[in-house]
Amino acid sequence: MKRLWLAAAVGIIAGFSLLPFLWFVLTSWKSATEISAIPPVIWASFHWEHYDAALAKHGLLRYIANSAVVAGATTVISLAIASLAAYALARFQLRWGRHYLLLLLALSMFPQIAIAGPVWRLLSTLGWLNTYQGIVAAYIALTLPFAIWVLTTFFKELPYDIEEAALIDGCSRWQVLRWIVFPVAAPGIFTAAILVFIYAWNEFFFALIILTYPAVQTLPVGIALFPGEYTMPWGEIAAASTIATLPLVMLTLIFQRRIVQGLSAGAVKG
Amino acid sequence: MRNGRDPIWRFLLPSCVFVLLFSLYPIVESFRLSFYRLILTLPWLGQRFVGWENYRDLATDPVALNSFVTSLVFVAVTTPAEVLLGLGMALVLNESFRGRGWLRAAVLVPWAIPTVVASQMWRFIFNDRYGLFNFVLFGDATERYWAPLAEPGLALVAIMIADIWKTTSFAALIILAGLQGIPAQLYEAASIDGATAWQKFRHITLPLVKPALLLALLFRTIDALKVFDLVFVMTQGGPADTTNVLQFYGYKKIFAEGMVGYGSAIAVVVFLLSLILSLIYIRLLGARLLAKERSL
Repeated sequence: MKRLWLAAAVGIIAGFSLLPFLWFVLTSWKSATEISAIPPVIWASFHWEHYDAALAKHGLLRYIANSAVVAGATTVISLAIASLAAYALARFQLRWGRHYLLLLLALSMFPQIAIAGPVWRLLSTLGWLNTYQGIVAAYIALTLPFAIWVLTTFFKELPYDIEEAALIDGCSRWQVLRWIVFPVAAPGIFTAAILVFIYAWNEFFFALIILTYPAVQTLPVGIALFPGEYTMPWGEIAAASTIATLPLVMLTLIFQRRIVQGLSAGAVKG
Repeated sequence: MRNGRDPIWRFLLPSCVFVLLFSLYPIVESFRLSFYRLILTLPWLGQRFVGWENYRDLATDPVALNSFVTSLVFVAVTTPAEVLLGLGMALVLNESFRGRGWLRAAVLVPWAIPTVVASQMWRFIFNDRYGLFNFVLFGDATERYWAPLAEPGLALVAIMIADIWKTTSFAALIILAGLQGIPAQLYEAASIDGATAWQKFRHITLPLVKPALLLALLFRTIDALKVFDLVFVMTQGGPADTTNVLQFYGYKKIFAEGMVGYGSAIAVVVFLLSLILSLIYIRLLGARLLAKERSL
């Protein structure tokens, strides 16, 4: 009896989580008449025309490239900066270290609109609107609090004896970091990197206000502002959405355990 | 510990620079601008100090008040729904069965999908002519089909459904982490004493998972206050401003209408609202952090 209830619950949860998106993915393979058919056609006839149109007509490749550059650069730089800070916060007994962590926590909760105007003006002054470095700088600042929190938690769990031995043997802090801490902490850093990458790949609000030229826009902006003249080109939107989501679903399926770990480290453990 | 050779500030400086330039300074600047009249479309007016005028205007602006109420209703409906559904999901995910890893991965999918993609997806499902929503409700009777996103009462509900779908899994994961921290011996002892499943849930699970529930609730509350992507893609704040949440209204004022001063006043209000919530959260977490350090 209990197994039956459990099976039903599992089915409902899986359906709730997956079916709406699967429906959208199927839509990307349907012909225009199948999309607007009533009753709906469930199985697509597997046309690739919407993918062709999205790639050729709407320059989806450019959005993908922009997203890859922006999310990639954000991940690398943010993690490098966060690793240094988190190491210091985890290893030195700083009087204000805890306050810095709490400040970061508070910052990560601020609504984007509270900083959007001045960030825009600052980037405008620097001449960094519509540039990679402009959006990446904003994303670094936005992802640092989370990255520092997760990494501080990971670093605190690493044993200190090896580092101490190396320090006594005359290694500098940098050498200890480079040769001992980073190799051991690689799994933790990797987990944080996945989460930062997903954030930067998905972020929309700042991308919308900072990137106004199609040549530099990222995927979420491209998909949100998908041009439709008379009717919405649902097939093409679904195709672009599928392409934008594919890397994330792969990451999620492969690194599911790590992602769950990282999220709860950032949220619960503290 | 020797710190003399490698000063700590060198480790922290890069992060401080970014935080200062792109988080702290902008907030202070938003506060300052909220006391000025600065309209980008009327540059000849310049930047004039007007004191509390923007806030007085805000208090009498019916659109702003409506937007404030919309945001609060959105938060009040979605966050309890997400936490309750998340608790249900977490309870199932905490059971041991074959394929649990797969279910956990499946649950993560809505969380991983870009919000913009989820927004377009729900916009398609709620389409007034061939959306799945209408077919499920009315079948072939196309003359009865609704246009949820163009219907003042329904558009907000549609956005809430999309938000609940997108973020319940995050709540579930936080609650799951809480459930996994409950020692199994407690349940074993209760079983020996002949407790029913409901009694175990009521007297062991619920009290012990309460901190995680609270955490999920606060996290979701703070996040729901920032809802933007769904509104931008699905309704643009319409119909008749019924989905014009605070973050979207502020965006429209600053970036579409160039009313930087007035928009900053909205930004400050949203900021103060979430600051109050974060303070509650930090008190909770900070207390735990302190307790942890003392126990070391």
